[in-house]
Amino acid sequence: MRYLPLTPDDREAMLATIGVQSIDDLFLDVPEAARLDGPVNLPLRATELEVERAFARMAKKNISAGEAAFFVGAGAYKHHVPSSVDHLIQRSEFLTAYTPYQPEISQGTLQTLFEFQTQVARLTGMDVANASMYDGSTACAEAVLMAARVTRRSKAVLSGNLHPHYAAATHTACKYMDIATASQAPVPGALDDMIAAIDEETACVVVQNPDVFGRVHDLAPIAEAAHAKGALLIAVVTEIVSLGLMKSPGEMGADIVVGEGQSIGVGLQFGGPYVGLFACRNDRNFLRNMPGRLAGETVDAAGRRGFVLTLSTREQHIRRDKATSNICTNSGLMALAFTIHMTLLGEKGLRQLATLNHEAACTLADALANVPGVELVTPTFFNEFTVKLPKDAAGVTESLIAKGVLAGVPASRLYPGKGLDNLLIIAATETNTQADIDLFARALKEVL
Amino acid sequence: MAMNTQGRPSRPVSNIEQGGYADTFSGSRGLDQAEPLIFERGRTDITGVDFPKAKGTKARLGGLERTDEIGLPGLTEPEAMRHYVRLSRKNYAIDLGLYPLGSCTMKHNPRLNEKMARLAGFGDIHPLQPQSTVQGAFELMGELAHWLMTLTNTPCVAMSPKAGAHGELCGMMAIRAALDARGQSGRRRVLVPESAHGTNPATAVQCGFYCDEIPAGPDGRVDMDAFKAKLGDDVAAIMLTNPNTCGLFERDIVEIARLIHEAGGYFYCDGANFNAIVGRVRPGDLGIDAMHINLHKTFSTPHGGGGPGAGPTVFSEALAPFAPVPYVVKDGEGWRMVEQEDEAEGEPFGRMVAFHGQMGMFTRALSYMMSHGADGLKQAAEDAVLNANYILARLKHIMTPAFDGTCMHEALFDDRFLKDTGVTTLDFAKAMIDEGYHPMTMYFPLVVHGAMLIEPTETESKSGLDRFCDTLESLAKAAKDGDTVRFTSAPVHAPTKRLDETRAARNPVLVWTPPAETLEAAE
Amino acid sequence: MSQTRYTKDHEWIRLEGDTAIVGITHFAAEQLGDVVFVELPEIGKTVTKGGEMAVVESVKAASEVYAPVNGEVVEVNSELESAPQTVNEAPDGAGWFVKLKLSDASQLDALMDEAAYKAHIG
Repeated sequence: MRYLPLTPDDREAMLATIGVQSIDDLFLDVPEAARLDGPVNLPLRATELEVERAFARMAKKNISAGEAAFFVGAGAYKHHVPSSVDHLIQRSEFLTAYTPYQPEISQGTLQTLFEFQTQVARLTGMDVANASMYDGSTACAEAVLMAARVTRRSKAVLSGNLHPHYAAATHTACKYMDIATASQAPVPGALDDMIAAIDEETACVVVQNPDVFGRVHDLAPIAEAAHAKGALLIAVVTEIVSLGLMKSPGEMGADIVVGEGQSIGVGLQFGGPYVGLFACRNDRNFLRNMPGRLAGETVDAAGRRGFVLTLSTREQHIRRDKATSNICTNSGLMALAFTIHMTLLGEKGLRQLATLNHEAACTLADALANVPGVELVTPTFFNEFTVKLPKDAAGVTESLIAKGVLAGVPASRLYPGKGLDNLLIIAATETNTQADIDLFARALKEVL
Repeated sequence: MAMNTQGRPSRPVSNIEQGGYADTFSGSRGLDQAEPLIFERGRTDITGVDFPKAKGTKARLGGLERTDEIGLPGLTEPEAMRHYVRLSRKNYAIDLGLYPLGSCTMKHNPRLNEKMARLAGFGDIHPLQPQSTVQGAFELMGELAHWLMTLTNTPCVAMSPKAGAHGELCGMMAIRAALDARGQSGRRRVLVPESAHGTNPATAVQCGFYCDEIPAGPDGRVDMDAFKAKLGDDVAAIMLTNPNTCGLFERDIVEIARLIHEAGGYFYCDGANFNAIVGRVRPGDLGIDAMHINLHKTFSTPHGGGGPGAGPTVFSEALAPFAPVPYVVKDGEGWRMVEQEDEAEGEPFGRMVAFHGQMGMFTRALSYMMSHGADGLKQAAEDAVLNANYILARLKHIMTPAFDGTCMHEALFDDRFLKDTGVTTLDFAKAMIDEGYHPMTMYFPLVVHGAMLIEPTETESKSGLDRFCDTLESLAKAAKDGDTVRFTSAPVHAPTKRLDETRAARNPVLVWTPPAETLEAAE
Repeated sequence: MSQTRYTKDHEWIRLEGDTAIVGITHFAAEQLGDVVFVELPEIGKTVTKGGEMAVVESVKAASEVYAPVNGEVVEVNSELESAPQTVNEAPDGAGWFVKLKLSDASQLDALMDEAAYKAHIG
């Protein structure tokens, strides 16, 4: 077997050194009833070529984003990632390293995490950021748990325009922790009234910006209302590229910002692995209640700067049942991809990228709004907007496939049974050409 | 800890602040090149990505345009390449050598798996595309699920958990939901052996349970008398790692399963060490109700410096109805994904994540599993166990094994062999760095004093193991011979010396700030 | 100054007038290594003998500090928040944790005196 270096002779010699007759002697603690007499009922080993054939056969059954005029978003976005990013994250020293528990031989990982934390803090307008969470939705859930610890309150108000998967993940994470999460009804094109729902027991208000329908909001009034009642504002950003053009949540008064970093460096990958961003104010109480790993600066025994994982007493491997979270493995490699891509972009590139995204969305929105029967629902947006169609959006999406268009996400897929069946959530990015946009508008006209 | 005084700057030399050596002008030393942070070398007006010119469309951002500078420096591609390649060289990696971190399973990551994950049909598809356009992706998930259920002999697997700890949460939430469905609100106590991973108690608490520790017996396994004494009608579950964190198979596991079920509780098995028994033992045959599988351990998806992982969680018949959404089901000739709780057949406890789980890890894991096959997976488990026992056999004369007898996939030593040498487990580990090895897991499990947990995995050749054992033998001898400084000053051949973790924790510096700001803040 | 009393969990307590000062012993501070953080209770909190009163953290461990006797927290050493190293430098002086108003001073009699504590830590 190509991955197993021991030869039959090696195995014999090693068994002799150990002082046993056969490999079975090393499995004697297994209860007899549970010992298998032969291999399990699965195929036997395969060559590289055989595996490649099997995978190619399955991959061919999918329509990849690059094969269509592609406008699907709602929490994951198709962006172009520079070739050097994938090359660098496949460096053995990054790809095949473990968590940097031995800092003397992990400075590569630790320094890039420190860079990642700084980039995320600056983008979101926050003071500090952690070394990543699994993804945006779990980061959102963890933020609510943290807000409950910080405020010692047990109610969370979730905007109805928060991505329903994020709301569901948050609800699930809170349901056995005696934290009540109340999701408001969605209001496509505007925003639900969260302010009325805040009271003295509210730990936090969770708002997504741009929201799941694409509309952008000024968070300042919500922040003010939350703070007036002693609650925290958690801002959720699922399209991080938007922060290249838009005011940061920190500037608008957010206390904790969580986000999905997938747009930068990561790629679509059918939903994962992605990279959860988690940033907050630099308040002692906040820091001590943060989930996840933190890289921090220090010096070595010769006085040279170096980085270590720090404030670990918050974490499960030390604090066990009193830890701030059970998270251990995070999304280190995706955080690295994010950092490299962001370093290649720089501020100048990020602003250009964000501008191109916004322009593509504006052009597409105008083109679609010209199709008879189509109505733009979101008056403001970044790179994603919602339109109302004269008929069921899921059916329309399905009929556009044959015309080479993956048109977007029907709102009914995220909000089934909420009367939003004619709404279609559409994203445009720098990857869309004018030809894609023209094709979409033409095809939509044909199927309506 | 003597480190505190050693950790303070002793030689104020200018390039030290930039992470460089004091004795060279550049701060580099040969191939070990000093590398500042991007914030110290990049500029916000430089970019390494070329874009077409913007058209100048009028913005529709509702007046929420950013007006401030973000402060993100950029680098051109050649500069960025050097920056990150230089940094990468300051990392140890499994591709560089033996990485014997017990409980972490650092095995070879086949590059075929990377190639498969990057096929456009898997890497470039969106989680919310119409289901008819991702049938191959559902098929792959279904196929992986089939392999996982067959290898564990269980009827159900939840694919969405993002990592091992997330899988634990999935399993324990299903247990909580099952108890709630039975109306048993009085069952909130979870039995956790003291040797357990920290994630176990942390997870139990996140499900509204509290933990009750079971002590280990003198043989490193669950103390059966203590376990029996703790059973009662308030017990929700036991969380047990098998093979356990001492590298030992819980030989009473079938009895433990019987007793916990008889007492009305469930059996959560932490599957972190499944790699020791895969293909030889099916956990379903042992009586477990739920177990997460770390695809990044047993099935070799790369650890990537701390993640991503993937933690599919298998369930028994009893818990299967409570598994979370989403999941894929066969639907005629094709596949369908059940995304909403009210479409599900059972009573799912909820949704844990946006979308459907770590697809990029599913492709890699399935590629690994198909490459090995039923026979190769079994051989891999056997070689992992053989390698660990070989290390135990070769080193037991000079180091001190924590328990008698053979082990499974990892060999556990304690620090008795270092008694009166002035060398601690930490010092011993740091000396291994100078010898070109990553240290083993230290001070875990907590049931053993000064624990050293060595997991070689099946990736190591016999000659590689011999070199490793020779090295550890010579270190143990040096410690006993009183060559203390070699240990207490180690490492001296790594990119940095020991780092001052006290300073990092007392005055946390978690983001970079320009030197001027630091000065102002200090005033 | 009244006599200092000790618990087997390495807390010390000393009566000063109506209140008692509580800290952790030299031995405990040494065992913990460099203290990096101290979590103190809120003033006014009622503590019971053997119950959790504070948390002291080193880089790689977090340990609970237990109340040696029943009482009410009347003052905490907030200096420790910015200078946790004081616990290492002067555990039995400037590194004190809390001042308690005792509900039953006779509970002190059940604790160890210095000689007994020295014997306890061997």
